[in-house]
Amino acid sequence: MTHFEDFKVGDVTELGSYTFSAEEIVRFASAYDPQPFHLSDEGARASHFGRLCASGWHTAAIWMKLMVAFQKRHAARLIAEGLPLGRLGPSPGFDDMRWLKPVYAGDTISYSARVTGLAESRSRPEWGLMTMINEGVNQDGDVVFSFVGHVFVERRPA
Amino acid sequence: MTTFRHFEDFHAGEVIDLGRKTVSRAEIIEFASEFDAQPFHLDEEAARKTLLGGLAASGWHSCAIFMRLLVDNLLAHSSSEGAPGVEKLKWLRPVRPDDTLSLSATVTEVKPSSSRPTRGSVHFAFTLTNQHGEPVMTLGNWIMFGRKGAAA
Repeated sequence: MTHFEDFKVGDVTELGSYTFSAEEIVRFASAYDPQPFHLSDEGARASHFGRLCASGWHTAAIWMKLMVAFQKRHAARLIAEGLPLGRLGPSPGFDDMRWLKPVYAGDTISYSARVTGLAESRSRPEWGLMTMINEGVNQDGDVVFSFVGHVFVERRPA
Repeated sequence: MTTFRHFEDFHAGEVIDLGRKTVSRAEIIEFASEFDAQPFHLDEEAARKTLLGGLAASGWHSCAIFMRLLVDNLLAHSSSEGAPGVEKLKWLRPVRPDDTLSLSATVTEVKPSSSRPTRGSVHFAFTLTNQHGEPVMTLGNWIMFGRKGAAA
């Protein structure tokens, strides 16, 4: 399971949810995106955001965190069942990342990934390139975040 | 670089130097441990057997480094009002421990807002380059800025 050949266009994976606390928002922003609306409610009130909200890169990094956690759970399951495990390679990049609505302190974002494309790699015959639309939805059902990701997936050994 | 910029202060074709940052092995592992705990971002030995051929920073860490350089060297001294997203981002080469990354921005388009007279959008093409002069990451996006004389 879970080599390149095991994925189908349309497959949807629910990656889980994450609640963005004010403390985590400020900690991430202090290190990587220290703009006033990501650092305090007071700073955010002076902006069109109105109150403290997460850096868009924080929203993206949590997608990665939940994706890795999902992969680890999945790998543990395959190993427990004695099934072969394909590797996921690195990613060459992404397209069309959208920060559609602010992620405010206290918001819970549920992430999912939907396979939209599977291409064999010409330069790396042992790998295929999978394309996914990744989304984050808040507790009110609003899509707040999306992007089109690409990742190398190991092919089943011939 | 420390002069305060409004929308009107950006001009298509302008190239802006946005500083540099050296990334340590400890920083690579710390970021990856929290957000991207895959073997090629955590462990030299495990990384050697992967497509990356050795320990490399998470691409999201490169994004975070990009953002910090952008804030410190431009956005903090501007009327920035945030960004709606990123159109295309490429991770072109691995970022290795002790690499020094330089950020450069080219202004590709400026567009006053038709709906909000107090705001305009500036489109940038960004390149993060290592100490060997090789681009490691490129991206393009729009950032919104307040216009001169407009209340924030």
